[in-house]
Amino acid sequence: MYLKPSYEIRDKYLRKDMLPTIFCPGCGIGAVLQYTLRAIDDLGLNQDEIVWVSGIGCSSRVPGYVNFDGLHTTHGRALAFATGIKMANPDLKVIAFMGDGDAAAIGGNHLIHAIRRNLDVTVILVNNFTYGMTGGQVAPTTPKGLRGTTAPYGSFENPFDIAELAVAAGANYVARWSVFNYLQGINSIKKALQKRGFTLVEFLSPCPISFGRRNKLKTAPELIKWYQKITVPISKAKDMPPEELEGKVVIGEFVDRDRPSLVEEYEAYKRRAKKIMGWEE
Amino acid sequence: MRKEVLIGGFGGQGVILASVILGRAAAVYEGLYAVQTQAYGPESRGGASRAEVVISDEPIDYPKALAPDYAVLLSQQAYEKYLPLVKKGGIVILEKELVPNRNEELEKNFKVFAIPLTKVAEETTGLSLTMNILTLGVLVKLTSVVSEESIEKAVLDSVPKGTENINLKALRKGFELGEKAKNGEL
Amino acid sequence: MRYPFPVGDADFIQGDEAIARAAILAGCRFYAGYPITPASEIFEAMSLYMPLVDGVSIQMEDEIGSIAAVIGASWAGAKAMTATSGPGFSLMMENLGYAIMTETPLVLVNVQRSGPSTGQPTLAAQGDLMQAIWGTHGDHSLIVLTPATVQEAFDMTIRAFNLAEKYRTPVILLTDAEVGHMRERVYAPHPDELELVYRKLPANEEEAKYPFGDIHGDLVPPMPIFGKGYRTYVTGLTHDERGRPKTVDAEIHERLVKRIVGKIENNKKDIIDYETYGLEDADIAIVSFGIVARSAMRAVKELRKEGINAGLLKLNVLWPFDFELIEKIAENVERIYVAEMNLGQLYHMVKEGANGKAKVELISRIGGEVHTPGEIVERIKRDLR
Repeated sequence: MYLKPSYEIRDKYLRKDMLPTIFCPGCGIGAVLQYTLRAIDDLGLNQDEIVWVSGIGCSSRVPGYVNFDGLHTTHGRALAFATGIKMANPDLKVIAFMGDGDAAAIGGNHLIHAIRRNLDVTVILVNNFTYGMTGGQVAPTTPKGLRGTTAPYGSFENPFDIAELAVAAGANYVARWSVFNYLQGINSIKKALQKRGFTLVEFLSPCPISFGRRNKLKTAPELIKWYQKITVPISKAKDMPPEELEGKVVIGEFVDRDRPSLVEEYEAYKRRAKKIMGWEE
Repeated sequence: MRKEVLIGGFGGQGVILASVILGRAAAVYEGLYAVQTQAYGPESRGGASRAEVVISDEPIDYPKALAPDYAVLLSQQAYEKYLPLVKKGGIVILEKELVPNRNEELEKNFKVFAIPLTKVAEETTGLSLTMNILTLGVLVKLTSVVSEESIEKAVLDSVPKGTENINLKALRKGFELGEKAKNGEL
Repeated sequence: MRYPFPVGDADFIQGDEAIARAAILAGCRFYAGYPITPASEIFEAMSLYMPLVDGVSIQMEDEIGSIAAVIGASWAGAKAMTATSGPGFSLMMENLGYAIMTETPLVLVNVQRSGPSTGQPTLAAQGDLMQAIWGTHGDHSLIVLTPATVQEAFDMTIRAFNLAEKYRTPVILLTDAEVGHMRERVYAPHPDELELVYRKLPANEEEAKYPFGDIHGDLVPPMPIFGKGYRTYVTGLTHDERGRPKTVDAEIHERLVKRIVGKIENNKKDIIDYETYGLEDADIAIVSFGIVARSAMRAVKELRKEGINAGLLKLNVLWPFDFELIEKIAENVERIYVAEMNLGQLYHMVKEGANGKAKVELISRIGGEVHTPGEIVERIKRDLR
């Protein structure tokens, strides 16, 4: 795979007047953004037919930096806004750039219902296991026992596995990687962007300042090494007993299928309505 | 000309539908002003049911019945609750078999017509649930609150497809009963 | 264009149904909602009609999602609406503020029931008046219309869309369970007979660069909707004229919020609407709105029959509020009565407007039943004795 120089991607897609970003040194959001833009670029998608939607959080600032139509909304609600955009104008491609707290806590219900409907949207989910913007509180993804400012003695709750949740709720495509797996990541985003229905690519993404610092993982390289330690490829995980998978994060492609999407279903519904009412044959 | 109609009974008697048809006849087919309101409870089925229709040739301010000119009372409970509200000299139609306990003293204030509406409906169409339409026929004949043509049209607009004929049959039976009631031939 | 209900004709329908039909005739093609008494009939009518007119009606997971979807649809270029009642209205406050901040045209119908909390789901109230105006956090302004009849519910729904599009703002249609559920004659004009307003779009690329700038001097920026190549960025954070977040600059914040408030307040004359009856020679004025105004109207007629010079001010718009009008009335009457189905909300606004020039009294009723005309008459006569 040929990778264009980063500055080419930057110059083509970012709003220069919005830079620098608010992201801290070592933050993984920039990498995930780069993968997304590379995927768009590789596919030759029309910049004017894509809308970026987000909620609140560090990763939700991304639509402000990219030179596309963008809707930076309220905390957790991005996918509900996306539902309106996509259904009112199905010609638009919608990308939701979300964080783990945004998507799985305050936005958890919107997330599972958007997936249930198989809304045509690509979710890029930046999972840093914490609330970075507000200073490192625990998230519904924080591994049990790890620390945040609201569980200073180590989280006592069970974390969500967002990718598994998305599979169970009916998504058409789900993959999870760490930011370290950049080629797989870009390829997954490319796949996701080409599909109808709900697609989600989750990235384990370092937040050394708010998360790592409190968990003896002070720098991005330390966090990435930790990812390497805790991640298990899905092919390998299949043959592993549950005890061995305890505390591990499975990475890879979780599902790739083509159930009818919300837009397709609604088109069929409109035809059915007209037929039942005798408006059309 | 402000005329107030109150219909009271229980769920399943078609109280609400009857009131809607009456309002529709006035509003759509007579060009009059009409307001239909109903009492709602939390239950989807059963329970007490009450609807009101106010009809006027000028815009209607207060939309509810203050002292009904006409009342249709289809249950004992409705009879007890609403009869005292009826305007003096008002016309009252009762479902005779469902209002066994009558207040003769109070009834002296009104023109009361007690008819076994459900039974007659069943005899006429084979379906007791056409009682509400039959009752509308009686009411219209007795009160001329709307014309017979208008109520016919409104019935045809409102009943399920395929039931037009039996409902018209019920309505016309109602006209007939109303005529008899008017002439004291019941 | 074919419509799934009679147009250019009269029908006998519920207030909720009238709102749905009017919305479709006004060009609404996106509806998102969540079931709630007594507003569900609006949603059900939309569900029946929208697929037939190539529009969208979708049931969201909650009311937060409903108004969110409506805002998204509006940015995608659609005229969009949602409807709810008290509990859902509370949930919508979050994104109502977002719609105000991002200047998103939409119509939000609140078919009021009694609160607080789930209260009396099937019965009417007017207890959400202050919430409609001030319920979302932060400094803001918006438009609140209120109908008293089914025909008004129809007409005001069309007006709500027109005002939303004209001023790029959310408009609340504040009705109640009584108007929502009652049936009356409604004349639905053919859309060709209707004057419909559509949002200003940018005339050129230069205009599109300022989605939040007062580039026409009318405080209402053109709206660069999505998918047209404008590359608009929309945020609920304080933003400059180009839409860029500027969250610590006091001047930018003040300019933005004052413009958003100003575009409503400076256009009061265009927005405000009311009716009067008998106020010319009145000694006593009743101020009322919605369903209660109909009781008040009859009360005024009855009082006048008894030789008491009463008059009515029926408000059709609750915000922006015409404080000056109230003061003028106060100068000419001895006493102003405010009749409303709550424990006193409009009352406070009227009192402020009256500015001490007339005594202002509240005729309050809660519990679900509308004031009877007799109740209003008795109260006024008692005070006169």
